[in-house]
Amino acid sequence: MQTILSIGLDGISYGMVLFIISIGLSIMMGLMRVVNLAHGAFAMIGGYLASYAMRDLGAGYALAIVVAVIGTIIISIPLEILLYRRIYRKSDALTQLLLTIGITFVIIGLANFIFGPTLKAIPLPNALSGPLDIGFRMIPTHRVFVIVCGVITALALWLLIDKTEFGIRLRASVDNSDMADSLGIRTEWIYAATFALAVGLGAFGGVVGAELLPIEPFYALRYMVTFLVVVSVGGAGSIAGALAASLLLGLADTTGKYLAPEYGEFFFYLAVIVIAFLFPRGLFGRAH
Amino acid sequence: MAGLSTLAKTSDRAFPFAAELMGVLSIAALGMLGFLLFPDDLAFLTRLIGITLLVLSLDLVTGYCGVATLGHAALFGVSAYAVGNACIGGIREPILLLGVGIIAGTIMGAISGALITRFRGLPQLVLSIAIGQLVAALANKLSSVTGGSDGLSGITPDPVLGLFRFDMYSRTAFTFSLIVLAVVFVLLLRFVRSPFGLLCRGIRDDDLRAQMIGATVYPRLVIMYAVSGAVAGVGGALNAMTAGVVGLDSVSFERSAEVLVMLVLGGAGNLWGALFGSVVFQIFEHIVSATNPFHWMTLVGLLLIAIVLFAPRGLSHGVAVLWPKIFKRGGRA
Repeated sequence: MQTILSIGLDGISYGMVLFIISIGLSIMMGLMRVVNLAHGAFAMIGGYLASYAMRDLGAGYALAIVVAVIGTIIISIPLEILLYRRIYRKSDALTQLLLTIGITFVIIGLANFIFGPTLKAIPLPNALSGPLDIGFRMIPTHRVFVIVCGVITALALWLLIDKTEFGIRLRASVDNSDMADSLGIRTEWIYAATFALAVGLGAFGGVVGAELLPIEPFYALRYMVTFLVVVSVGGAGSIAGALAASLLLGLADTTGKYLAPEYGEFFFYLAVIVIAFLFPRGLFGRAH
Repeated sequence: MAGLSTLAKTSDRAFPFAAELMGVLSIAALGMLGFLLFPDDLAFLTRLIGITLLVLSLDLVTGYCGVATLGHAALFGVSAYAVGNACIGGIREPILLLGVGIIAGTIMGAISGALITRFRGLPQLVLSIAIGQLVAALANKLSSVTGGSDGLSGITPDPVLGLFRFDMYSRTAFTFSLIVLAVVFVLLLRFVRSPFGLLCRGIRDDDLRAQMIGATVYPRLVIMYAVSGAVAGVGGALNAMTAGVVGLDSVSFERSAEVLVMLVLGGAGNLWGALFGSVVFQIFEHIVSATNPFHWMTLVGLLLIAIVLFAPRGLSHGVAVLWPKIFKRGGRA
């Protein structure tokens, strides 16, 4: 019973971290059709900036998150203008893969050059580092915090996409980009804003999830595949799909690691293959 | 691409087997050059040849069939492990071991092809990654078969044809690998111009239209994947035999990504491009990464971005386009 509870809690919080980071990638893939392998690298930049802000500039946790998100977006703007814009929607998968792998490699190399190869800690504030008493047992507060962050992210995104003017324009561009363009929607601005949103969410997830996915130069490469898999399983562009996929894969991975740690990520990828065969377009994906 | 194939056609008419002869001569020349440039590092060149075969194998599915895969090292690694185990188990004749590698690679290729080519786009890519990672996780877990993270060691094949022993300077290993590479390359040059190879190109360009003219797409892609597996198997077998050890790196994601980079650097959809890209990339890596692996990553990243922006069809295509221009300009001046 204890084991099931810990697996459930760890699995869900791990899934929530996956969700916060991957949802940006998912929206980007749904709208711009870009397989952005560098998404993990942006999450990593967020983690590095937060760590730098807290340890070298003495900022608090909340301020560090803000610095990380805004800083990562600022770093990503030239990349969007110079590189990503060329591959929105039209180019083939191979070009996108190579360009974004290239960006990832450059970011890894530079991160190592600037911050060194060691693990970077993001110290938690006292309010989040201790255990939390929920009546019948104690659980780590950080896990609860991550889960709450995930739920808030999902709700906020749902409101943004379903209830606001921006969301309407975004959905119009997803459904038919050319038609949206000719109706006067500035799709290039929608793309730029979505890119910033995606990168910002990635950075946020990188900071919040640093306890579970530690920040080091190979972060971008190590979890690149994981984020991509979550998006593919959930179906690109679907919030509900990404949430379901993150929780499912988070639980599958955590269960596998608790019960058969020597198999590594075997169960994670087995689950991926099975789901890919049952739902070739992802759990909540739509045909494009 | 069209220009290259017509070029090959005309030279065919002028002189039979011209392309094949070119293949053998260029590989022999490359081998000689390598021997002269790195006389003390033949082990590196031997490893390079093994990886080159994997790049050629990837070209068959990515370049000729348009299947984007990031899990191709699985084919290479599985046959390397199979050959290693066969050798430890008593089959020590190098030619037989090559056969073991080919069979293992073909089986693995057929299995992963059957899974991967059912889909297109993102699911295809993710499935290829998942299969690669699954094999990597298994290789780590089944340490009784694979040696786990220590690697599978103690692979000591007999002399080639009973005459040439594998020496510590890798002279035999290098020559043997070079000959195998030349044979495989020539066979592949013919294979990709066969009706089967041409139809695969048709499928890559437009699979719907290929279906309309009566081609059954899925079985053909699976067969191509199996052939690709056989080529990767040759590479894996050579690697296992000449290095004497098979490590987890031969099934790693990094290996899969690296060979894709090499292929695209040279130019996908062109065997010469695959050969060229693989040789250039690995020699470059050998020299630069010795100083600092992270600077190497930055450089590769910049190189990739530059290729996508300025030479999207690979260096070999860029050379093929630029060469006549430079030549003409030189002639005029």
